[in-house]
Parts: sequence; structure tokens; C-alpha cells
Amino acid sequence: MSEIEFLSWVRGPGFQIATIIFIAGVFIRIAEILLLGRKANLAEAKGSEMSSGLRTVLTRSVPDKATFQRSAYTFTAGYIFHLGLFVTIFFYAPHILMFKDVIGISWPSLPSPVVDAFTVVSIIALLVILAHRMSNTVLRFLTTGEDYLVWLVTFLPFITGYIAFHRMWLTSPTLIAMHILSVELLIIVLPFTKLMHSFTFVLSRWYGGAISGYRGVKS
Amino acid sequence: MNNNEDKTLEEMTRDEKTHDERTLGETLRSQGISRRSFLKFCAATASMMAMSPAMIPKIARALEQARRPSVIWLSFQECTGCTESLTRSHAATIENLIFNTISLDYHHTLQAASGTAAEAAREAAMKENFGKYLLIVDGSIPLDNPGYSTIAGISNVDMLMETAAGAAAIIAVGTCASYGGIPHANPNPTGAVSVTDIIKDKPIINVPGCPPIPVVITGVLTQFLTFGSLPELDDIGRPMAFYGKSIHDRCYRRPFYDKGLFAETFDDEGAKKGWCLYKLGCKGPTTYNACATTKWNNGTSFPIESGHPCLGCSEPDFWDGGGFYKSISMPTENITKTVIYTAAGAAAAGVAIGAINRSRKNKAVASHSKTGIDDLSK
Ligand code: SF4
Ligand code: SF4
Repeated sequence: MSEIEFLSWVRGPGFQIATIIFIAGVFIRIAEILLLGRKANLAEAKGSEMSSGLRTVLTRSVPDKATFQRSAYTFTAGYIFHLGLFVTIFFYAPHILMFKDVIGISWPSLPSPVVDAFTVVSIIALLVILAHRMSNTVLRFLTTGEDYLVWLVTFLPFITGYIAFHRMWLTSPTLIAMHILSVELLIIVLPFTKLMHSFTFVLSRWYGGAISGYRGVKS
Repeated sequence: MNNNEDKTLEEMTRDEKTHDERTLGETLRSQGISRRSFLKFCAATASMMAMSPAMIPKIARALEQARRPSVIWLSFQECTGCTESLTRSHAATIENLIFNTISLDYHHTLQAASGTAAEAAREAAMKENFGKYLLIVDGSIPLDNPGYSTIAGISNVDMLMETAAGAAAIIAVGTCASYGGIPHANPNPTGAVSVTDIIKDKPIINVPGCPPIPVVITGVLTQFLTFGSLPELDDIGRPMAFYGKSIHDRCYRRPFYDKGLFAETFDDEGAKKGWCLYKLGCKGPTTYNACATTKWNNGTSFPIESGHPCLGCSEPDFWDGGGFYKSISMPTENITKTVIYTAAGAAAAGVAIGAINRSRKNKAVASHSKTGIDDLSK
């Protein structure tokens, strides 16, 4: 297989396969969760479920002071790389073109050097997170194989993207193909691991907020 | 010493030699090429092929002494664009003369003879120069049915095998001969393959491009004539000297790419300002060719300079990259349909699985028995 064939494969059949698994996985899992249903609450509602739920979806993005102080490391590094993920995925011009092709809409991009800087910071944050996880006794005890897998599939697109952008060591078609392949790996793994939180966080936060809203208390 | 006498003597000897026995230097001189412009050509060739300037006199000496090599040119499933590219230079360049200096013993577009006479010329050249001639091929070879493309009743694959047997080396000119090219594009109706797919036991140099740049051919010929050796090749058989860098690496619009300034359409402000053509489908980042430096039409410009994205014509399967105006980061196939169908299917499956889960839950609830005081006393 020549490198161009490799690139054609990841852009063609590979992308199709990964997309099918990703979409199917995400939809089935969300449908399952929604259809689980909830027991009818017989208590009288003291407030609105919806508004409290929606508010919580946003407010939970800010950690409360006590929680933050307890694990400042995880929070800071975690924040940085989540922000990095957001910026690199959604504001790098070639990525926006991909979204435009798939979902038909596009938006302005950030200059490449800015995205590059976010990538570097995110890579460092991810490494810090891994080091912290491995050096902290309690964290290491709690860590499963899945956690390492999830870390790896998140890290790979960053590092391959960085190398491809700077065209280090290998030739461009191979580098770009490896980057696309790493993203395909990520989206294939996503629905079946805790990475699913990228979708379910909305549901779980809403649910938490809704319970409080129903009871008329602040979430 | 009488210089004049010497010269006359030299000229006399030269005239006595038959056309074919003349060295390249002699031929060039007889065509009125001055030594100065010949050396200039050698210098340009050396720099083009990334050789040190110290090599220039060596190249010059070797080239002057070189005998005209016999060249057989086979055209299979092709459009003659490659031949056009090599022969339609607007001015008589030295590159061109070098090309004219080879003994092109068979080329069914360029030769005067046709039919049996042409085939006889090929056979004679093969016999006379067995093991020494250069074979140039353009066009792909159909394997599905030999009748798809024949010359004088001989199928392409048979002619290639027969002619390759006595070749010192093969140059596959154009993307079709190098990688199958357009005939090989999906769904490849003729079962077209490249020269390397068929010939395994000869040195093969791929000079892809649709069409390839003329000086690349003369560059390879020069090296072959000068050193009797073949240039260093990359992993898909292309001379490194020409295909070692990508279009993107040498593109003058690169600073715009780096800054993230792109033309969105062919006539917007960005296009007028000469911004990067990535969004218009430019394949420069994944295409290895010399266009950005050697340029086309006697060094006038190259496609990106006239505002058109690179098509990636020197790469295998460039025709199947999902469209010339689709950028590299886009999937090649229509993914929107896949997304919609999968989502619909998966939603249905999710509902079904949800229903099963529910009935399981209900069953569990129904079969649930409470532990009473009696159970505890058991
Ligand atoms: S126009 Fe094409 S080759 Fe030039 S910088 Fe842009 S993407 Fe690269
Ligand atoms: S710019 Fe690209 S498509 Fe155009 S001739 Fe050069 S390599 Fe081929």
C-alpha cells in the first residue's frame, strides 16, 4: 500500500467505518439511557425541572471552591486540555472544512499558529495528567486499563496532528493519514468507554439539576 | 602546431563517422550549440539534480563523450499528453536538443514509419542494442482483456514483456505508466496496471505527472548518459532530485497557509490577494513534484500561480481523491448520507434495545419476592 493509498483509505472506507460505529454507538447508548425511564414522582413539584436542569448543565462547568482545592491539579490540567480539544477540533481551518462537508455548515477559523499553540499546551496538560495519575497512589489505585486506553486515544490525535502540521520525520501523506486514523480510532472507542461523557454530561448534569428543581432547592 | 589544420582534421573525421556513431558533444556542436550554453545546461542540470558544482565539468565531459543511446518508446493506454509535453516546448531549448540527440528508434506517434515497417524498426533496435537500450513507456497496460489495447495486433502486455527483456532500464513516463493513472481510476474498466506491476526484474524509474515536467525526463536521461547510473529514487520509484519535496514545501503561497489565510472561492478577495488555495481543494501538501521550482511552459508559471489548486497529478490514484475541489481534510466519499442512515438505523436499534431492557426490568420487578420475617427464621 503506497502512502497515498493509505491516505485514500483513511479518507474513504476508513472514515465511513469509523463514522458508522461512532454514530451508531452514540445513538444506541443515548436511546438506551433515555428509554430507561424514571419512576413517576408522586411528590408535589416545588419548582421547574427544565429550567433548573438546563442551568445546571452550564453551572457545573465551574467547579466549586472546595472541590477545586481538593484536586487542583486534575482540574487545572483537565480544563486546559478540554479547552485545547475544543479549540483544535472546532477552530482549525482544515477541521472546519471536514465539518462543512459532513454537516453542511461552517464557521470562521482561528489562525493556524494559534491552534498550534493550543495543541502544544494540550499535549503538555495531557502528559501532566498522565504523570499525576501514575504518581499519585490513590489515583493509581483507582485507575483501570480503560483509563489508560482512553488517555491514549485522546493523546494520539493531538500528537499526530502536531507532527503532521510540522511535517516531522515522515512525508506528508503518511503523517496526515496517521492523524486521520488516530481520530478514527478515537471516535470508534468513544461510545463504548467513559469518553461517552462528551455526550452524556448534558444528560447527567440536567438530571442532577432537574431533581433539585423539582424539589425547589438550588442545585 | 597549426590549429586550423587540426580543426579541419577533426571535422573531417567527424564527417566520416556515421550519424549514430557521433558522440553527444559532436551532435550538439553540429547543431550549433556553443560550448558556453552547453556548460550552462550542465550547470543547470547539476543544480537541478542536487549535485555539487564540482560535478559540472564531469557532467560536461561525460556527456560530450556519450554515444547516442538507443531508445524505444512504447505508448499504451494513454492520451499522448506526455509526448506532447515533452515535444511541444515553445523554444528550442538545450534540454530539448538532448532529447533530440537520443536515437529514438521507435515511437509510434513521432516516427515516420508505420505498420510492419515500424515494428521492424523496433525489432531491429532491440536486436542491435540488446541489453543496452532504454525503454520509455507511457500509458497503462490493460490486463482484463488484451484486446482492449493493441499495437500491430500485439497486446500491450506482450509488447511490454518482449521489449523490456532487452532493456537496460525502463522509464515510466506519466502517471498512467507509473501508477495506472486515469485508466486505473475507479472502477478501472480495463483492469489497467502500471509498468512496475508487470516488470519486476529491471530498474524502473517512474516519472509521474499528468503530464510530467519535460526537464525531469532530460534530467534522468542526462544522469543515465553521464554516469551510466540511475538517479536515487523514493519509495514509489520517483527520482528524489525532482520529487523529493512536496508542492506545498516550495509553494510561494505557503506563508498564507501558515497564517490561515485562505481563498474561499475562485473570485473572492482572498483569491485576488493570492491567498492559499487549500480550501479550494489544493493537494499540494500531499503531492511530490517539481512544479513549484521548475514551473511549466518554459518556466513561465505553475498552476497554483494562476490561481488553481494542485490536483496532485504525480501521485498514485490522484483521480480517486474524492474530487479535485475537495480539500485533503474532507472525507472522499459522501459521508452525510452515511451519517443520516446510520443515525436512523441506530435510533431504531436503540429503541428496540431500550424496549428489551424495559421488559427485562419489568420482569425482574414482577418476579421480585420480598424477604419476610418467615424467611429470616428459616
Ligand atoms: S496553495 Fe496549496 S501548495 Fe500552496 S500553500 Fe496552499 S495548500 Fe500548500
Ligand atoms: S501543480 Fe500539482 S496537479 Fe498541477 S502539474 Fe504540478 S503536481 Fe500536477
